[in-house]
Amino acid sequence: MADGLAASLSGVTVAYPDRSPIGPIDLTVAAGEIVALVGASGAGKSTILRLLADLERPHDGAVVRQITPGGTGFVFQSPTLMPWADARTNVALPLELTGIARPEAQARAADALAAVGLGDRLKARPFQLSGGMAMRVSLARAMVTRPDLLLLDEPFAALDSITRRGLVEDLHRLWSETRPAIVFVTHDVEEAVYLAQRVIVLDAATGRPGAAIPTPGPIPRPPHWRADPAYRQTVEAVAGALALASAMAPVA
Amino acid sequence: MTGFAHRLAPLLLLTLLLGLWEAACRLLHVPIYFLPPPSAVAVALVERAPVLASSAFQTFRMAIQALIAASIIGGGLAVAVSLSPIAERAVRPLAVALQVTPIVAIAPLVVIWAGLDNAEFAVIALAAAAAFFPVFSGVLTGLQSADADLERLFDLYGANRIQRLVRLRLPTALPFALEGLRVASGLAVIGAVVAEFVSGTGQTQGLAWRLLEAGNRLRTPELLAALVWLAALGLLLNLAVAAGSREILKQRSGR
Repeated sequence: MADGLAASLSGVTVAYPDRSPIGPIDLTVAAGEIVALVGASGAGKSTILRLLADLERPHDGAVVRQITPGGTGFVFQSPTLMPWADARTNVALPLELTGIARPEAQARAADALAAVGLGDRLKARPFQLSGGMAMRVSLARAMVTRPDLLLLDEPFAALDSITRRGLVEDLHRLWSETRPAIVFVTHDVEEAVYLAQRVIVLDAATGRPGAAIPTPGPIPRPPHWRADPAYRQTVEAVAGALALASAMAPVA
Repeated sequence: MTGFAHRLAPLLLLTLLLGLWEAACRLLHVPIYFLPPPSAVAVALVERAPVLASSAFQTFRMAIQALIAASIIGGGLAVAVSLSPIAERAVRPLAVALQVTPIVAIAPLVVIWAGLDNAEFAVIALAAAAAFFPVFSGVLTGLQSADADLERLFDLYGANRIQRLVRLRLPTALPFALEGLRVASGLAVIGAVVAEFVSGTGQTQGLAWRLLEAGNRLRTPELLAALVWLAALGLLLNLAVAAGSREILKQRSGR
C-alpha cells in the first residue's frame, strides 16, 4: 500500500525548559498510510505531530519530510475556527494563505465542505454549528489543500461517541479519495485500532514510540467491524502494550 | 409585573431623592447659593438651555476629536509595537508612565506648548492623552490574544506578517479595542473638562468654563445644571460606544 516515505523522525529529541526531555524518537510514516499514536497524556504525542508538521524544531536528530509546500493538513483538539468568519471563509483560509486567488479558494472551500456533508452550511458562523459540525469544518479546512500528510491531534476527544464514529467514517472516506498519509493522535485504544492501519504505542516516560501493531481488515471498515473478533483481539493487544508502556496493570 | 418593577425601581428612587432634596431645601431654608433645590436647577436648565447646549456641544466636539486622535495614535502604535517584541519592550514603560501621570499635572505644560491663544488645541491634546492608554492597551492585548493553535495554522501555511495581522490578529483584537474605546470615551470627556479648567482662558467655551463661571459668580443652580449636561454627555458617549460594539460583536456570537 505504501509507496515511499511521507515523513520520518530519526533520533529526534526535544528539550523543554520545565520538564524532562523526550526522545530519542524514531518514527517513519509511509506515503498514504494511516498511523495512530496512542499514549498516556504528557507522553509527547502533540510534540511528535508538531515535529512532523515542521511547526517545532528538534533539539537533536533529523526530521525528513517529503511533502509539497502547503501539503500538510492539521486538525487540532478543538475546531479552532475563526469566530468572525463563516464556514467557507474558514475553509478557504489555507488556500488564500498559500496565494490562491479568493474566487478559486472559495469555490474549492465549498467543495471541501460538501465532501464532509456541510455543503448547505457555507455561510454558517462557528457559533451556529454543533461541536461535530465545527469539527467537520476543521477537517474540511485541513483537507482543502489536498495534503500529502494529514495530522490530527485528539480531534474527536470532546465529542459524543455517535458523532465521533461518524467523523471516523468521514475521515476514512476522505482518505480513500486522495490517500494522504495520516497520523492520528488519540488516547482511545478502540478508536486507534478502528481508524488506523498501524497503531504505535508511546512510552509514557520518554515519549519514544514503542510497539507498532498492525491492524487487520480493509479501510473503510466493513459494517459491524467493531464486533469482529480480529478487531477485538487487536484492541486487546494494543491495550496490553499501552498498559505496559504506561507501567500500569491492565484495567479489567 | 416584576419586569415593570425592575424598570421602575431606579426612577422611583431618583424621584424620591429629588423630593427629599426639594423638601429639605424649603423646610431648612438652605440658601440658594449653597444648595439650590431641584426646582431651581430645573429652571436654570431651561433658562440657560441655549448657552449650556452650545457649551455641551463644544465639549462634545473636543472630546470626540480627542477620542479619534487617541484611537489613531493608540491603535496605530499598538499595531506597530505588536510587530516587534523589542518595540513593545521599549514602548510599554513609556505608555504606562503616560497612564499613571495625572492629566492635570501635564496640563500647564501642554497649554504653554500649544500657546495661550490656542487653548482648544491644548484641550484636545490633553483629552487625547487621557484617552490614549485604554485604546493602546486594549488593541495591543487583543493583538496578542490570538488562539495559539490558530497562530500555528498560520505558521503551517507560511503566512506572512501582513496576512497574520489582517486575517488573524486584527479581527481577534476587535472586541478588546472596542472595550478600550468605551473606557477611553469616558476619559476623553474627563480629560476635556480638566484641560479646560487648567487652560482657564474661557476661550474654549466648553462646559468646564460654564462650571467655573457659575461657581465664581455663586450661580449654583446654573453650576448644577451644567453638571447635569456633563453627566448626560458622558453617559451618551458611553452608551453609543457600547451599543456600537454590541452590534459589531453580535455577528460573532449571535448574542
